[in-house]
Amino acid sequence: MRRMLWVVPPVAVLVVFFGYPLALVLHQSFVADDGSVGLANWHDVLVSAEFQRALGRTALLAVAATAGCLVLGVFLALVLAFAPFPGARAVSRLVDVVLAFPSFLIALAFTFLYGSAGVLNAALGSGSVDFLYSPWGVLLAEITFYTPFVMRPALAAFSQIPGAQLDVAASLGASPWRVLRQVVLPDALPALASGACLTLLLCMNEFGIVLFVGAKDVITLPMLVYTKAIVTFDYPAACVVAVVNVVFSGALYALHRRVFAKGAGRAAVDAA
Amino acid sequence: MLLWTRRSRAVAIALFAVLFTVVVVAPLAMIVLASTAGSWNGVLPSELTGEHLAEAVTGDAVASAVVSAQTAVIAALTAVVLGTWLALGAHRAPRPVRRFLDAAAHLPLAVPSVVVGLGLLVAFSRPPLLLNGTRWIVLAAHLVILLPFTFSVVSAAQRRVDPQLAAVAASLGGSPWRVLWRVRVPVLLPAMSASASLGLALSMGEVGATIMLYPPDWRTLPVSVFALTDRGQVFAASASTVLLLAVTLAGLVALGAIRSRAAER
Repeated sequence: MRRMLWVVPPVAVLVVFFGYPLALVLHQSFVADDGSVGLANWHDVLVSAEFQRALGRTALLAVAATAGCLVLGVFLALVLAFAPFPGARAVSRLVDVVLAFPSFLIALAFTFLYGSAGVLNAALGSGSVDFLYSPWGVLLAEITFYTPFVMRPALAAFSQIPGAQLDVAASLGASPWRVLRQVVLPDALPALASGACLTLLLCMNEFGIVLFVGAKDVITLPMLVYTKAIVTFDYPAACVVAVVNVVFSGALYALHRRVFAKGAGRAAVDAA
Repeated sequence: MLLWTRRSRAVAIALFAVLFTVVVVAPLAMIVLASTAGSWNGVLPSELTGEHLAEAVTGDAVASAVVSAQTAVIAALTAVVLGTWLALGAHRAPRPVRRFLDAAAHLPLAVPSVVVGLGLLVAFSRPPLLLNGTRWIVLAAHLVILLPFTFSVVSAAQRRVDPQLAAVAASLGGSPWRVLWRVRVPVLLPAMSASASLGLALSMGEVGATIMLYPPDWRTLPVSVFALTDRGQVFAASASTVLLLAVTLAGLVALGAIRSRAAER
């Protein structure tokens, strides 16, 4: 029993600054402005077109961004791992550094690259590139930012595959495609699936990119929480949206822990 | 390896170069370029100036940078201490308790930062503890967001530590405190330092919870950058972002230097 007393202080911090506030958010979501307790807030929010659009948009953006990151990240990692070139090490160091940067940097950079007065529009003629303030802008920004998050676990997994295994497969007559499909990818599958699952979670909860792109009609769940709470001071509605958001991302995270129980700690670190 | 012909290799590497440039190099280059741009109407800035960067290191931005650095250092250090504490404590707890603690400590990872901010706003704008409007609420948010990461890094290292080490120290007559202080904590130092780097970088770039909570006298650099972009001052915003990256990298390099010196001993 005395051993258990040990963990009380850090757990107390978690309870006071994380558990208790979340519980209050849940409670608040049932309390209407006039103080009555009921499902009125939930009803109002769930039937609103604004919420339904945000929910659909969040899910679609997260799935599409994860798919994009997976394709791009796996390709980049494959080249780095299996077709090394001079400077490949420096490139993977750069990937590690990029992981430490905030996501809004990408959104800001996109204004200069693809914005109405950006480099691409200047080069190709004004108005030829016009996707930044649409869902596509957010999607491409998320893919750009989160691709390194897939690259890193993919690189780690590819480096575990013994080169001899690939040489044997090739010497038995397998084409590069076949080696890739039947040797490399199956070996790396758990790491890739785990990375994809975390990327999905992070994309779903992404806020910086959506905020900085600032497209009027791209509202995701975290963005809706922010606008409800800070812009319109509608706390009950903000709490309802927050609870919905937490339920989805919590379920995704629970699934991740269950499926990838062993690698959970490592993957979380990779994701950061 | 996977590609034998020179041609297929060249094609793969060329494609890699193009994609890598688009995804990683171009955004970084744009920020740096924009921070030195006087005006930018063509493909490249028509004139370069050090004005924005000079403003960033003298004006409001530097005040925000100091706030950000303070927040990051305090939050990361606290998160490392608490994360290590939790990892050490959980390690000795019975299996079901350990699993529960592990899940609980990772939970903030699954909650969007905006919701962490909303929760703190709702919880600490009322008695018994009024923190809203003070810097402490920002620090609390950063701590909650960093804790799962520091815990994760340290407890992963803890699992790899040979349990015999502490047992030998105890059998040689070391008191539990002495074993903790001289054996169990020192073997975790590299992981603690790595988790501090991670925490520092995450805290420096945190925007979701901070923007919900910051009081006027505790505005972090990412929030200032957003205020600038919102007003359309994109070049000044880029200069502030460059400052943010510089401060973050300086912190990471400093921690790395401490780490390698500790490893030499």
